[in-house]
Amino acid sequence: MRALHAEWTKFRTVRGWVLGSVGAMLASVLFLLVGTASSNQHPQGVTALPVGPGGEAVNDSFYFVHRALTGDGSITVLVTALTGVLADPAGGPGGNTSGVTPWSKAGILVKESLDQGSPYAAMMVTGAHGVRMQNDFTHDRAGLAGSPSAAEPRWLRLVRTGRTVIGLDSIDGVRWTEVGAARLPEPATTVQVGLFVAAPAAVQASGGGSSSPATATGDFRRVTLSGAWGQAAGGWQGGQVGGDAGTSGSYAPGTIGGWTATTGEGFTVTGAGDIAPVVGGPALGPAFTVETFLVGTFVGLIVLTVVAVQFVTTEYRRGLLGQTLAATPHRSRTLAAKATVVATVAFAVGAAAATVSIPLGELRAHATHFAVLTVPTAVQARAALGTGLLLAATAVLSLALGVVLRRSATAITAVVAATVFPHLLAFGGMLPSGPAEWVLRLTPAAGFAVQQTLPRHDQVLSVYAPSSGYFPLSPWGGLAVLGTWSALALAAAAMLLRRRDA
Amino acid sequence: MRDDVGIEVAGLRKRFGATQALDGMTFAVRPGRVTGFVGPNGAGKSTTMRVVLGLDAPDAGRALVGGRPYRSLRSPLTRLGSLLDAGALQPSRTARNHLLWLAHSQGLPARRVDQVLEQVGLADAARRRAGGFSLGMRQRLGIAAALLGDPPALMLDEPFNGLDPEGIRWIRGLLTSLAAEGRAVLVSSHLMGELEDVADHLVVVGRGRVVADTGVRELLAGVAAGRVMLRTSEPLAAAEVLSHTGATVQVTGPGTLGITGLPGEAIVARLTAAAVPFAEVATHRVTLEEAYLALTGDAVQYRSADSAAGVER
Repeated sequence: MRALHAEWTKFRTVRGWVLGSVGAMLASVLFLLVGTASSNQHPQGVTALPVGPGGEAVNDSFYFVHRALTGDGSITVLVTALTGVLADPAGGPGGNTSGVTPWSKAGILVKESLDQGSPYAAMMVTGAHGVRMQNDFTHDRAGLAGSPSAAEPRWLRLVRTGRTVIGLDSIDGVRWTEVGAARLPEPATTVQVGLFVAAPAAVQASGGGSSSPATATGDFRRVTLSGAWGQAAGGWQGGQVGGDAGTSGSYAPGTIGGWTATTGEGFTVTGAGDIAPVVGGPALGPAFTVETFLVGTFVGLIVLTVVAVQFVTTEYRRGLLGQTLAATPHRSRTLAAKATVVATVAFAVGAAAATVSIPLGELRAHATHFAVLTVPTAVQARAALGTGLLLAATAVLSLALGVVLRRSATAITAVVAATVFPHLLAFGGMLPSGPAEWVLRLTPAAGFAVQQTLPRHDQVLSVYAPSSGYFPLSPWGGLAVLGTWSALALAAAAMLLRRRDA
Repeated sequence: MRDDVGIEVAGLRKRFGATQALDGMTFAVRPGRVTGFVGPNGAGKSTTMRVVLGLDAPDAGRALVGGRPYRSLRSPLTRLGSLLDAGALQPSRTARNHLLWLAHSQGLPARRVDQVLEQVGLADAARRRAGGFSLGMRQRLGIAAALLGDPPALMLDEPFNGLDPEGIRWIRGLLTSLAAEGRAVLVSSHLMGELEDVADHLVVVGRGRVVADTGVRELLAGVAAGRVMLRTSEPLAAAEVLSHTGATVQVTGPGTLGITGLPGEAIVARLTAAAVPFAEVATHRVTLEEAYLALTGDAVQYRSADSAAGVER
């Protein structure tokens, strides 16, 4: 503790280091302001993306043929076909071809209200992923495999009992299998129940990724209801939920949403859009993410690297290390004290800069009419605290390399080359996707993953690659890679410090 | 605690590349006196001090402070205060803050910092950046750092460097009083004259080992060896009378003779008995510098023999 006290006194009594740390924070925030000031005003004011029950930005846009269910009840349906049309990816006129996107959906839905983002539970057939039960945007469970056809149709059923909704599927309408259960957040008496069709845009992964509209049509037979159904206004009503398709794609040219009743208690429903969380990728469009508000981290990181390196190389240059080690002969303890000081300062700078930058960035985005990809509060907090940890780990790496290399310029160059440079290389489009991902797995730049708030969902097709802002590792996994580098460098520094004459 | 031996080094050997910096360095610094650590530049004085502080690891031998290796000491600055390089400062840090982090590293209160600043006469400059200090002020700051832990042993490397005469007088007084308080004080210098009237004991080194380890009084007595200066108007008569006594008589100038081998009282008695007139009989006072030169003269011979041996090594 004495060594720590001494090192802290050393740090706070050099004005350049204190100003550097405060400057690192201010520079981070300033960099954000400059960055957002230069962005063009978005021409048509984008409405905010709807937010799901979990706090994340969602797409909630689909065609819905619905009735009110005022109490307990169930809906059963037989899906005999899911077909669709795809717009020409090149955008040519009238170039529609038939086909369904993998996550096109046709099925039954229990939804708290017709408002976008409201809680729901759904059973559906999909373009390429079989029967699924999904609820509240982020939950997805697999049911029967395969696509429906007249020869091999799929039975779907939702049963509401109080706040619980159970999803079941069957191939014959006799033997039923429970796929999953969901809980509606509030014991609402009246919910909207019915048939829905959605079709997310087709995604082309090549060439950095692009997307093109798609429309899907579901054939439903033998719609059977039981329970407390409202009888208002002639029963079924059809309409598009969510006039704005968000980032999920709009109708293919020449198609519109709609429904017709067919013989045998059947319906044909045509729709587009998606019921799913918003992810990054070609379809995201002009929306800001939390990580774009943290762009100033680079400036802060470089400034803190200089401070952390100088914190030890100055002692070599001035011959001060002898006094330090005469005062605290236990060399590893001295190094640990120094590392603790720079890590604590860097964490405070990073966490504070991020905590200021995120709301500030949101304000700037709203002022310039850009949508913000909202994430749950916990994810936002992780990105902010993670920024602190990212800088702390980088500061420890800087200090350790300062001990190993003993020269400021060399050590600073090494740290920037190991952190900022791979990041630019991987995200600047200079590398193809494969090598870019390996760079972000192996180099200390992997640590920036802790700032990623762009969600990754298996039930949403996108290009989950660095070109879309996706790190190959999880946030904590990436930070662990950086932490490992820092720990190795610190161990090497400790060994050299013990072995070398001071 | 006042240990019998303040600082002790035994058989230290240290090689830097082709240079044998320490070659069996052995001596002890006892409490209550100032020990001068003298030798030409490159003789191994600084390296020895760095080994004592645990900064450089010796290839062989050991160094103890109060009977223990420095690196095993808790709060080492309270056991041994040292000044190795007065220029070792962060220029933008103030004098007070420089001492403050050292105090914190030993668990000493900030009050102690102000005390030593007062003691070395830097109280007025306490809040000035050390980078703007003159070499003399840096030496004072370095000494303040050495005194910070009120240690029973002190080790100062060339503390007289860059000091004006007033500063040199101040350090001499300080060193004398520190030793009078019972502390063991080791002061290195490459100029013997600086240690005149300060050092009680001398460790003279050359080529990484001790050439002489002796009390200052004995050293001077040995070199002076009864040399008496005689001023007389009849040098030939005086030489005639004294040469019969077996003393060696040299003519050192017009009307002055240097006599060795006969005490001053005996010279007076003989000349009076023989009625040879004389104006002055004085015992020649040998300076430490002369004594040192006499010693290093021996060391040069010693050195040539050593380098011949070094070829075989």
